[in-house]
Amino acid sequence: MGDSREAKRVANRLALLNTGVELPLDLDLSRRDMLKIAGFGSLAAFIAACGGTTTSGNTGITATGGKLSLGSYGSDPGSKAGIQAIADAFSGANGGTKVTVNTVDHGTFQNQITSYLQGTPEDVFTWFSGHRMRFFADKGLATPIDDVWSAVKSNFTAGFEASIKGNDGHAYAVPTDYYPWAVFYRKDVWAAKGYTVPTNWDDFKALCDKMKKDGLTPIAFADKDGWPAQGTFDILNLRMNGYDFHVNLLTGQNGQKWTDPKVTAVFKKWSEITKYYSPAFAGLTWEQGADQLLRKQAGMYLLGLFVSDEFKASGTPADVDQLDFFAFPDVGSSYDAEKALDAPIDVYMVSKKSPALSNDLGQAKAFMEFMAKGSTQVLYWKNAPGSIPTASDADTSQYPALTKKAVEIVSKAQKITQYFDRDSRPDFSGPNGMQGFLLRFLSSPSGDTAGLQGDMQKFWDSLPPE
Amino acid sequence: MTTRTAARAVKTPEAGALVAQRRRRYSLLTRHDKLLLALMVGLPLALDLILVWGPTLASIGLSFTNWDGIGNLTVKNFVGLKNYQFMFTGYTLFWPAFQHNVIWLLWLTFVATPLGILFAVLLDRDIRGSRIYQSVFFLPVVLALVVVGFIWTLQYTPTDGFINNAFGLVKSGNIIDWLGNPRINLYAILVAASWRHIGYVMILYLAGLKSVDPSLREAARVDGATEVQTFFNVVLPVMAPINVVIVVVTAIESLRAFDIAFIINQGKNGLELLSILITNNSISEASLVGFGSAIAVVLLLISLVPIVAFLSRVMRTLA
Repeated sequence: MGDSREAKRVANRLALLNTGVELPLDLDLSRRDMLKIAGFGSLAAFIAACGGTTTSGNTGITATGGKLSLGSYGSDPGSKAGIQAIADAFSGANGGTKVTVNTVDHGTFQNQITSYLQGTPEDVFTWFSGHRMRFFADKGLATPIDDVWSAVKSNFTAGFEASIKGNDGHAYAVPTDYYPWAVFYRKDVWAAKGYTVPTNWDDFKALCDKMKKDGLTPIAFADKDGWPAQGTFDILNLRMNGYDFHVNLLTGQNGQKWTDPKVTAVFKKWSEITKYYSPAFAGLTWEQGADQLLRKQAGMYLLGLFVSDEFKASGTPADVDQLDFFAFPDVGSSYDAEKALDAPIDVYMVSKKSPALSNDLGQAKAFMEFMAKGSTQVLYWKNAPGSIPTASDADTSQYPALTKKAVEIVSKAQKITQYFDRDSRPDFSGPNGMQGFLLRFLSSPSGDTAGLQGDMQKFWDSLPPE
Repeated sequence: MTTRTAARAVKTPEAGALVAQRRRRYSLLTRHDKLLLALMVGLPLALDLILVWGPTLASIGLSFTNWDGIGNLTVKNFVGLKNYQFMFTGYTLFWPAFQHNVIWLLWLTFVATPLGILFAVLLDRDIRGSRIYQSVFFLPVVLALVVVGFIWTLQYTPTDGFINNAFGLVKSGNIIDWLGNPRINLYAILVAASWRHIGYVMILYLAGLKSVDPSLREAARVDGATEVQTFFNVVLPVMAPINVVIVVVTAIESLRAFDIAFIINQGKNGLELLSILITNNSISEASLVGFGSAIAVVLLLISLVPIVAFLSRVMRTLA
């Protein structure tokens, strides 16, 4: 559910003019061991895929010409334009492969993913990394692409590599973009009031008090849609209890329970800052929260980099220039040093049940290789600037300061998580589960959370084995 | 049972043959008629079985499993009554949702429907501009509930919404969280639902009132009955068929309540409803098809109450 935020930035996203797009014509069609094909698809199918329009005696895992279908959740104008630009560039670079893009509304695509992947999916589809990717890989609904990954992995950091590995150790996706979560603020407001970036919890709270005195809402918070609160839970749990505990808790591994006193401590800490939140936050959307920051009514806002889309939508470039952020302050635990944060990664995957895949597997793999290039990802970023390319060879010189800082904060993090609803099971993180539980906590934050935690665990225990 | 029929069959073998013979002899239907009848009854029956009873039975079957919608159902998926047990004892959303559906029903029955009837009675009195009032009250009925949800979200939004701004609550800092406060948001959306329901009931009732024989009212007036007495003792009993329709419409509206709450926040934080729990469990990325089906079965059982009541009433009138 959480990613309805991406569906929602739709209306407000400003499509940047796609000027001077170069078609990367460096045809890096890798030639690899034919035997690998036998492992991952039928040789006959591969030969069929190579047939006809193949331009050269290509003996790699990839194929030129032919056809490829792509199922995309990038339904907002910026993403749509970006994906079309990529499709066109790929077609030009890959011997005229005819790419059919099927764009589905973001929320609908997510809700129907289970039946989509079991029915007649496209050859390649857009998805999220993390537990959500591994889940469908485990269910045998995605094609492993280890051959592609071994060809492109030098272009990615170890963190990205870990994000696309299934539970069985195979590679299932190519990471294409990401965005970090941090505390955003307006430089002009802070300069006028003389605020400085807080580095620890006490400074953070002292700053909140000061802002309150100055008539600001210290922390913009908007949780009508349920998922934004999960960002605060993530960062507090990561900082207080560490990455390993967080991952175990969200996946129920190693017997980790929601009734753990460490979780109680997170809620206790959280309750110290809820009084600084926007009034009526349970009825506000994240866009309305962003507007409070934009209109100088709120001092800070913990959100993903996509908050900049709302600033762009204001139509005043000066507003965008004022946007800045800092990493969540230390909370005084031994895990502060991890500098862990949420930085969700979007990926492309190859489906399993596409009826055309036996013909298109070569093209699909060529496309995955193409997606792993910085030049391709920059094409997308130009259209959808709220997300950052993942490839190491992406041309970073054209990034604005905000994007550069976002890259820096992620590279400083020793541990990166994907976001609650990407790291945990979808049935637990949705409106039925954690979204509702966190809203319940927020309706009386200072109360005893034992009952709430008990209900969380009871709900977790009721879920069928994955 | 079987032994009794078997015994009877043994006792009077000829009688059976006789009956069959007689039936054939006196049949008024040609073969063509019979074929036509079979088609007329069989086709709707087949459609009913395939499109209504098939899925219903499948849901009941699935409610005993923990199927996640992926792959084939196997014996391993069968969990017995576990879904029902968890629903009634461990699932924190079921009883609130049930309670919200009941509140919805009570509100529509005792607030919205009487208001609709009142408007109908008032508009029936040929006051000036009656047509205009009719159109105004009926207009929301033309809108889909989803659209009603959108419209009222805009009114209720805490900071930018019309209501809080019109009453100056935003300026004075006393923002009321109409959508996010679990104590009031259900009533906030009930106002939105009533906005549409009142017009619906009004138009149904108005149509009924127009068909009441004016001589009845005249007779009542001659006998010295007051307006109120005339309505409750003369008009209301005459309107019995319409009253049943309205009761059923009200019951159905409250059982299928879904759209407005789903549009606002996907039915959480005080807006849980049974229909939404079904959707959130089975038709989403969560894919808890088995558990969602169990909730659907409960909703089916509840829905059967007004349906059976209505049908038995209809059958009685026909007989």
